Amino acid sequence: MIRFSKYIWIYICISALVLILGIYSLLRFGLQPSVDFTGGTLLEMKFAKSISTETIEQIAEKEQFPVMTVQTIGTSSYGIRAGIASDEVITSFQAALASEIGEAPEILRKETVGPILGAELLFKSVVAALLAIAAILLYVAYAFKNIKFGVSAIIALIHDVLIVFGSFSLFGHFFGVEVDTLFMTAFLTTMSFSVHDTIVIFDRIREYRKKDPRGNIREISDIALNETMGRSLINSFTIIFMLLALVLMGGESVKWFATALLIGTITGTYSSPFVATPFVILWESLEQKKKKKLL
Amino acid sequence: MKKTKRTFVFLILLALVLTFIVIPENFIIAFPFGGTKQTITLNPPEININLFGLKLQKKFTTHLGLDLAGGTQVSLEADMTGIEEADKQDSLESAKQVIERRVNFFGVSEPVVQSAMSGTTYRILVELPGVTNTEEALALVGQTANLEFREVIEQSIDASVSAYLLPTLENTKSVGITGKDLKKSSIQFNTETGEPEVSIQFTPDGTKKFSEVTKRMVGKQLAIFLDDMPIMAPTVSTEISDGQGVISGGFTVEGAKQLSIQLNAGALPVPVKVVEKRTIGATLGTESVMKSTRAGMIGLGLVALFMIIQYGWLGVLADLALIMYGLITFSLYRLIPVTLTLPGIAGFILSIGMAVDSNILIFSRYKEELRKGKPWHIAMELGFGKAWESIRDANFTTIITSIILFNPANWSFLPTSGLVRGFAATLFIGVITSLFTGIVVTRTFIRVLYKGPKMKKGEQS
Repeated sequence: MIRFSKYIWIYICISALVLILGIYSLLRFGLQPSVDFTGGTLLEMKFAKSISTETIEQIAEKEQFPVMTVQTIGTSSYGIRAGIASDEVITSFQAALASEIGEAPEILRKETVGPILGAELLFKSVVAALLAIAAILLYVAYAFKNIKFGVSAIIALIHDVLIVFGSFSLFGHFFGVEVDTLFMTAFLTTMSFSVHDTIVIFDRIREYRKKDPRGNIREISDIALNETMGRSLINSFTIIFMLLALVLMGGESVKWFATALLIGTITGTYSSPFVATPFVILWESLEQKKKKKLL
Repeated sequence: MKKTKRTFVFLILLALVLTFIVIPENFIIAFPFGGTKQTITLNPPEININLFGLKLQKKFTTHLGLDLAGGTQVSLEADMTGIEEADKQDSLESAKQVIERRVNFFGVSEPVVQSAMSGTTYRILVELPGVTNTEEALALVGQTANLEFREVIEQSIDASVSAYLLPTLENTKSVGITGKDLKKSSIQFNTETGEPEVSIQFTPDGTKKFSEVTKRMVGKQLAIFLDDMPIMAPTVSTEISDGQGVISGGFTVEGAKQLSIQLNAGALPVPVKVVEKRTIGATLGTESVMKSTRAGMIGLGLVALFMIIQYGWLGVLADLALIMYGLITFSLYRLIPVTLTLPGIAGFILSIGMAVDSNILIFSRYKEELRKGKPWHIAMELGFGKAWESIRDANFTTIITSIILFNPANWSFLPTSGLVRGFAATLFIGVITSLFTGIVVTRTFIRVLYKGPKMKKGEQS
């Protein structure tokens, strides 16, 4: 049996290191919002013959034109959603298209568009997430008859969410990865996965607590962790397989989405035994010490 | 045991029916027959029953989102005459929000609503997945939805005639109650006639105004106008002081639903008109989608293989339960229908990975009990029993999350957007189904098909 509870300070160091890096990056660089959040330019171009949307995307990438999506409109017109682009940039993009395709497209429309996911919706989503966190806290506290479990599960959840946000802040700074609507979905998935995994471990602790209500929390958690570690790893591996396949072989559009989910899954698996459980242990020990002092 | 066998037969039948529902569209099977090549095109079934005037129509097709299949783009131009230059952008923004609320009110189809400006034109772009049935959506987005209560101006005709007076803007005057005084509205059915109606509830302020007006107008006609057109003109019988009212006026179910959505979402601050309606292509390239689907399939195959390596014959049974899981969720997507977008599909594949979790929990418990020396069938039942609590608690938190994100009561402080809602819907379906397959399906399969671990020679079961 591995005495997991002996190495709590190591887990604290690991988490602190990653969190400090992530939070520093979040504060220093922030996140790179995509057109979904900021709004940008909507171009409509008409060609004489129909060409594939991928061709336009490739040319845009080569020209460093901030294109997000290209979609066909009717037969040979194309709607291009892009970041905010000045007239000169658009003109040079148009010229590049002309030389690559052999035909200058006619620009039918050039508009400034608002965000798909505006501030209002973003705010409401945050409210919903906070409400969900509160509900989870109450339910876990109720199901385990102990507020410590509820709070610890939520601490692990916040830990995971911060790591996902932090790593995307770093990706944004170094690779120019943007945060879009897909990222929102990944963030919500991480939230529910994190708690799911934590509860499985807490359930074991609860079980041994019932058998031996006076048992030492460190010993009980060590047994629980040893017994659940196998299933946690097996379960996470199945999800990680799936996501790795998507990251390595999936299309460009899902790559970063899958990466966000992958980070969420890894930290979600890590945080259950190494953040949530130590937190319960430390809290309980602190209480015990206080009681002893009083006696 | 008899009951288990019955459940088993039921599950097999269910699987067959579901397979029928999830048949791909336009799936072509080619086979040689008598020297010539024969082809059969498979299509999902359609239900089209007309029984005693009761029409039941259902097509089991997959609804694909804007990113995968494109749809229809509707451009609405806002009429900014009479609006201060400085306020134009704000007006456009709030009009966009109203339209967004309207298109998102009931659906989970993940539409895109965006404001667009160039020079002096102010437009709102609405993109809806699918090209069919846009008329209905158009009727919903374009209306200004200005609800107004008006009283009939006293005229010198005798009472018996005025009771049948058709209200118009000319012969009525406003009583100062509009859609702004409504708290919420919903669709209901008249208990006597069964006709659809729209129930309305006034704000506290509106309740006071409505109470005063109805008190003053007992025995007189109070007309209700929507966008300057009269919908109904009931005669006030008593003072209404509880702030509840019903609008009935020969609505169809669709009509009542639309009015209720419009009233809930609020009136448009500026008049808009449809200037263009066109078909748009998918935002994601087919190549990218193909790649992702293939990656998903490979991942899924790895998971299935992993389960078999880890648990042997039990793993095979768990994989069978997973196939069942896939069949049920996909059928539900088609039945409800849930519009599938790329993140939706990724979420679906991921939820399969998560559905394995309940099996892994049960199997590891089973192995533990086995190690303690219990006979395998008792160990199995114990495994199910002991794993249940953790499965229940873990999934219950996810269910809470999905319900809050879906916001079924349409609370205005929570998101009503299609994006978050679509995610919540797929999450909810995934969790409920995985509970069913993890507990009922796997358990039944094991009880019927599993004969215990391989015996070493001389061992007794």
